[in-house]
Amino acid sequence: MSEVIVFIVAAAMILVGAVGVVASRNPVHSALFLVETLFGVAVIFLIQNANFLAAVQIIVYAGAIVILFLFVIMLLGVDKAEELDVEPIAGQRPLAAVLGAALLGIGLTVVLVASNGVTGAIAATGSEHALDNGFSDVERIGRVLFTEYAFAFQATAALLTIAVIGAVVLTRRVPSTEMLPDREPASFELPPLAPAIDEEEH
Amino acid sequence: MELTTNWYLVLSILVFSIGAVGLMVRRNPLVMFMSVELMLNSVNIAFVSFGTSLNDVGGQMAVFFVLVVAAVEVVVGLALIVAINRRHPDATADDLSALRG
Repeated sequence: MSEVIVFIVAAAMILVGAVGVVASRNPVHSALFLVETLFGVAVIFLIQNANFLAAVQIIVYAGAIVILFLFVIMLLGVDKAEELDVEPIAGQRPLAAVLGAALLGIGLTVVLVASNGVTGAIAATGSEHALDNGFSDVERIGRVLFTEYAFAFQATAALLTIAVIGAVVLTRRVPSTEMLPDREPASFELPPLAPAIDEEEH
Repeated sequence: MELTTNWYLVLSILVFSIGAVGLMVRRNPLVMFMSVELMLNSVNIAFVSFGTSLNDVGGQMAVFFVLVVAAVEVVVGLALIVAINRRHPDATADDLSALRG
């Protein structure tokens, strides 16, 4: 019973946070609502005894990803309220609501109509994969990660390296003397936007 | 009352739908990214609950790799947003129409 109460509280946190992310006018508020959702997800992990993932969820998501979001929001200075009342594309919101409701309906149908939504082989008690094999959470994940998932683990290392290099390349400022002449054609015009700030700074 | 896998799956679907609607409705690319994070998290909830119901650590491994991919996606996506905003402050997703030939 206590599990159910914890689940309901965590689910309420998650849903309030999720709606807040989507409905906030200010991106900073969205980021803070996202933190609330992520903490709720960590609690959901804890209920299911995924202790390692709960810790990683808070460290990586709340500690790194949301901080990165907030950092970029502050860096770009877009932390002002956005006008949500105007609808830039006619019919965008009704269409989005219909598609979202359809997605929800399909998902709920699949889960609730199927008597037991989970199919597949249940891991044998005591096997390397089983959650009841007596190892601690971290040890169980480590044993599987560095044997069966070793290749995927190394692939993620390459992925992270590529991401870091990509971020550096994307945000690198090209010195004005080396700036390519065709970097932005003279005819390129975006009437509603302010002119690029690069030139003033160099 | 007992907590069954379906409870987690319903929660997961709700969060996924909210994220999907947010991605379709919002125009600020940062908020769109946060909506994508919501969708990734909802899938993580589903993965862990599937793993728990099958007594298998595989679900948790999937979440581990989803976390890595989410981090990578955020790093590259935010770098793109910073690069775009440097040239066009206040650019929104609608300004992609500038790419029209």
